[in-house]
Amino acid sequence: MQPQPADSAARSVIDIAKLSLTFETGDGPVHALSDIDLNIGAGEFVSFIGPSGCGKTTLLRVIADLEAPTGGTISVNGMSPHEARLARAYGYVFQAAALYPWRTIAENIALPLEIMGHSREDREERVRRNMELVDLDGFERKYPWQLSGGMQQRASIARALSFDPDLLLMDEPFGALDEIVRDHLNEQLLKLWAKTDKTVVFVTHSIPEAVFLSTKIVVLCPRPGRIYDIIDNPLPRDRGLDIRETAEFLKVAHRVREGLRAGHSYDD
Amino acid sequence: MSPVTRILSTLALVVALMGSMLTVIETPIMTLGLFALPVLLVGVLLSILVLAPYRTGLLSGARACAALTGVSLLMAVALLGTVSTYPGAASHGFWAYVLVAWAMAWLSVEELSGLMPQSPLGQRLVALAIPLSFGVWLLILWQLAVVGFGVPRVLLPAPSEIWLRLLSSPQILWEDFRQTFLKAVLIGYALGCGSGFLVAILVDRVPFLRRGLLPIGNLVSALPIIGVAPIMVMWFGFDWPSKAAVVVIMTFFPMLVNTVTGLAAADRIQHDLMHTYAANYRQTLLKMRLPMAMPFIFNALKINSTLALIGAIVAEFFGTPIVGMGFRISTEVGRMNVDMVWASIAVAALAGSLFYGLVTLIERVVTFWHPSVRG
Repeated sequence: MQPQPADSAARSVIDIAKLSLTFETGDGPVHALSDIDLNIGAGEFVSFIGPSGCGKTTLLRVIADLEAPTGGTISVNGMSPHEARLARAYGYVFQAAALYPWRTIAENIALPLEIMGHSREDREERVRRNMELVDLDGFERKYPWQLSGGMQQRASIARALSFDPDLLLMDEPFGALDEIVRDHLNEQLLKLWAKTDKTVVFVTHSIPEAVFLSTKIVVLCPRPGRIYDIIDNPLPRDRGLDIRETAEFLKVAHRVREGLRAGHSYDD
Repeated sequence: MSPVTRILSTLALVVALMGSMLTVIETPIMTLGLFALPVLLVGVLLSILVLAPYRTGLLSGARACAALTGVSLLMAVALLGTVSTYPGAASHGFWAYVLVAWAMAWLSVEELSGLMPQSPLGQRLVALAIPLSFGVWLLILWQLAVVGFGVPRVLLPAPSEIWLRLLSSPQILWEDFRQTFLKAVLIGYALGCGSGFLVAILVDRVPFLRRGLLPIGNLVSALPIIGVAPIMVMWFGFDWPSKAAVVVIMTFFPMLVNTVTGLAAADRIQHDLMHTYAANYRQTLLKMRLPMAMPFIFNALKINSTLALIGAIVAEFFGTPIVGMGFRISTEVGRMNVDMVWASIAVAALAGSLFYGLVTLIERVVTFWHPSVRG
């Protein structure tokens, strides 16, 4: 796999060209991703949105080197995804918090640091800082099963941030939470993004969530999984929850919805 | 008051009243029964005095529990004294009183389990008192039945005889315990569980071994112990190593299978997570898969704690020096010394329970996070 020449935009973090991924199954090949072209610059907040089966999670997993593409090129930080993973270039937040029940919250957040061989003092310092960042200070000694779902997911975000990667990959992290908690966490995530200056790639199936969070919205459609539309979000970076009532927000949401509807080549 | 309680207390009251018209002991001079046995008479009067207000609901809660326990134990003492004076001569009245005493004990336990003490100490005492009461009454009824019916010693000795045997031959029992439990069981258990665990790690790491070794392990576990034990004696001699070898064979497979299953317990997301950290095999094993496998491993440790004891005892039936629990059981059965057999069984049961309890205790500490433990 050849790294893309990063000549174009200001510090391109992810470059994807003509990328495709085909799963060979017993019922013949499944085209999970086809002909994907995408550029993600440093500091952007990009959402992948689409119906289930459109390949949005698969695309994120390709970026994370959890799946291997079968065609095209992709580079992450100018490296292949494999090299980027070994260089610990990204933090990944899964649909479930996936915290270890035998570790306290602080120990869970320290897990990647232990694996990457950070010293004890450094671990303690980073755990403290990141727990503060996600508003969990005071819960260091609790076990995951003593916390609510929202708090668990916040801890898993702190874990992904603990080793300070520039890139944060999030796969429907708030999908299992109720709407009130989700709104709250969305707001917190925006603040966190503003504070840390990370590049975020965020998979969701919620239109308001995508529009509220992103600087760029990528609409995908299924069979084969492909990009239908890429929308640059004109909303200001500094936004509160009430921006969702504005005409501008609704206009962007409308365009996303239109894209999702048109991308559906079937009726059901 | 539940229907069962109501029926039981009514029954006990009626039987206690009627019992005084029946003979207690079938010997010519004692046909008057009850009136010749003043202690028992007091016990019966007291039980009527407790049961009547209990039945009508005047007496309840902790006081009912204390009164029922006290009187039922007094009755038990009186009955045990009576029956040991006239063994094998118990009559209808006697069994009526046994029924009354047992019913009161039942009711007392039922009251006890209904108590909700506030303090943690009280809760622990109640939790301890219920199984204790069950055990004590099992022994009391066993003693009463064996002595009252005059059951031959060879068929079933009374608990008192077994107890006397335990007291009179501690030296022999200790030697047996040391030979069978401290040597064959513990060493065989450690080797069997340890090798099962290590082979499981190996099988998990090298895929072709999974297909090759697991069926062989399965085959070994299916070997009948009575066929393996004599061979082990030929290989490792008469002393404890051949018994430990049998224990190894019995404990190896449960540990292997459980550990292999446990190592596969982590789900996709957990593996992906370690993958995103670029964790190596050793880190993934130590930080995720082994802790995840602990509930499975402890299952095997618990199963094996009882299997090991059975294996060691049975293996001693096939050649052993003149010491060991299995040797003791097989030779004393031949000499009709059944009380010694039962004494050995009692030691084995106690040792096995304590061993199991210890493993369970360690499990609770190690897998405190598991839903089945954290409660």
